[in-house]
Amino acid sequence: MSTISLKSIRKSYGKTEVIHGIDAEIADGELIVIVGPSGCGKSTLLRMVAGLETVTSGEIAIDGKRVNDLEPMDRNVAMVFQSYALYPHMSVFDNMAYGLKIAGRPKAEIAERVAKAAQMLQLEEFLQRRPRELSGGQRQRVAMGRAIVRKPAAFLFDEPLSNLDAKLRVQMRLEIKGLQRDLGVTSLYVTHDQVEAMTLADRMIVMNAGVAEQIGAPLDVYQDPETVFVGGFIGSPPMNFIAPREFAGPDTDLPDPLARAVAAGGENMLVGLRPEHMALCAAGEAMLTGTMRYVEPLGAETLVHVALGDGTQITVRQEGIAEVPETGATCPMRFDPAYLCLFDGNGKRIRTGG
Amino acid sequence: MSGMVEKTGRGLWLTHLGLIVGLAFICFPIYLAFVASTVEQQDIVRPPMPLLPGDKFYENYRDALLSGVNAPVWRMLVNSTVMALGIALGKILISLLSAFAIVYFRFPARKLFFWLIFLTLMLPVEVRIVPTYEVAANFGMLNSYSGLILPLIASATATFLFRQFFMTVPDELAEAARVDGAKPMRFFFDILLPMSRTNIAALFVILFIYGWNQYLWPLLVTTDPSMNTIVMGIKQMFPSGDDLANWPVIMATAILAMIPPVAVVIFMQNLFIKGLIETEK
Repeated sequence: MSTISLKSIRKSYGKTEVIHGIDAEIADGELIVIVGPSGCGKSTLLRMVAGLETVTSGEIAIDGKRVNDLEPMDRNVAMVFQSYALYPHMSVFDNMAYGLKIAGRPKAEIAERVAKAAQMLQLEEFLQRRPRELSGGQRQRVAMGRAIVRKPAAFLFDEPLSNLDAKLRVQMRLEIKGLQRDLGVTSLYVTHDQVEAMTLADRMIVMNAGVAEQIGAPLDVYQDPETVFVGGFIGSPPMNFIAPREFAGPDTDLPDPLARAVAAGGENMLVGLRPEHMALCAAGEAMLTGTMRYVEPLGAETLVHVALGDGTQITVRQEGIAEVPETGATCPMRFDPAYLCLFDGNGKRIRTGG
Repeated sequence: MSGMVEKTGRGLWLTHLGLIVGLAFICFPIYLAFVASTVEQQDIVRPPMPLLPGDKFYENYRDALLSGVNAPVWRMLVNSTVMALGIALGKILISLLSAFAIVYFRFPARKLFFWLIFLTLMLPVEVRIVPTYEVAANFGMLNSYSGLILPLIASATATFLFRQFFMTVPDELAEAARVDGAKPMRFFFDILLPMSRTNIAALFVILFIYGWNQYLWPLLVTTDPSMNTIVMGIKQMFPSGDDLANWPVIMATAILAMIPPVAVVIFMQNLFIKGLIETEK
């Protein structure tokens, strides 16, 4: 049973603050994904939890115990590194056993625990090999194995899949998720890949420029983004952001919150709409019009890229079999008002409160 | 790889001829020394010198090894071996530790220390030999192995090489060891040392030969013939004044002096080459 709690964590390098106060409570057995663009401080945050970086202010507690000043091993966490960081001169067995050897465990216990982890990860036949004799996926497994044998309070993953090819990445993603479920170990997982974040996370922390923009379950974050950044970062293609005046086409009545926003002028406001909640339609039903630019047929679906009057590029997702207008044609579009999100001039969500 | 293309016909013969001539050019003096060590004194001083080995091999080498001129050669070989091993191993140990400190620890004036070490690269032994002698003499280290070894033991070159190597070791490896619970010295012995073993082997070869070939320092610091090293010992065998030099014994000594460095190179060759071609990081 382990929980991790972060209380207003800050980190500065010299005078530059890179993490501006992050709060999060991670429940026992939960898999939390920290996702954000490069340089947003997500790895720094993870390394602070691991004990590889000092905490400038705030408190990190594992199982309710403050660990700010503890060495990594005393925090009882195991980490999987991006480059795997396997010891090149040691066999797979020794790599996995190293932590236990240092902890002074009896040989029989070490052998048993390594064997068990190797079996779980299908590494049994490779135990005597050196890391350089393994493929990328196998090395990744060894790195996982090294974490598993320690039976830590928490797993920390630092972009563990980014060195693998796309296919292997999908496979390892499922394996990691399965392992984490089976072992029930609280985990923090850092990635810049929002698909990885969506598919793995119980809850995710979306970070941007040292701030946690939103913390929540993947689908909640996807459907109900708190900020323009979250809407744009999570989802592929990203959310469309449209200035209210683009809706000024009088053909159809605009839905209520939008109508009010448009009426109020709403200069810096933005309307967020997911591509799948928009559709091309007949000219008479249009809520919005633009010019067709190009299409990306992906088979099951087609992404239609449209330029609005003010030059904003938006994407409409439709069925792969649906008809597509020609490039340069005028595109009347409509959308489902239920999914509309309004953001203020600072990129913060405006909650209309029902 | 155009250089690996097989040559045929005349090209092949020319290549070999070139190599053979070059090799003969280098080996001939050594061969001549060997010939001189197997003949009698009169054969050498009366021109022309013989070009084929004589029949005094056993006598000359026995004389050299067991009695020599000032000190028996076996004694000098032991001295040289102790000094060369001491210098090579000591230099490696000290450089490993100081490179480890410089690369992995943040301490005040770290940069300064590195540059101080680096600066001493520019000072050969000869520059500091008088003050070093003074220090060694005051510590009572004249005519002792510690006097032969310790003043030569610090090595900026080796420190610098290990520093460069340690900097290519990914930081994540050190971090992984830290998460696994390894304290710094444990990391050093368990991870860093095994990873540097080919570098260590290569340096050992170079430093052993460096130590073996020391001439000036042993000449200063040892006055007792029983502490002479072989390289200076050869020179000591040359007669002063009108005495006749015992050339066959001197030549036998020279040949004997060559054997240990050659043996080190041959035996360490495998590791040495492995160190150059193997990339396991």
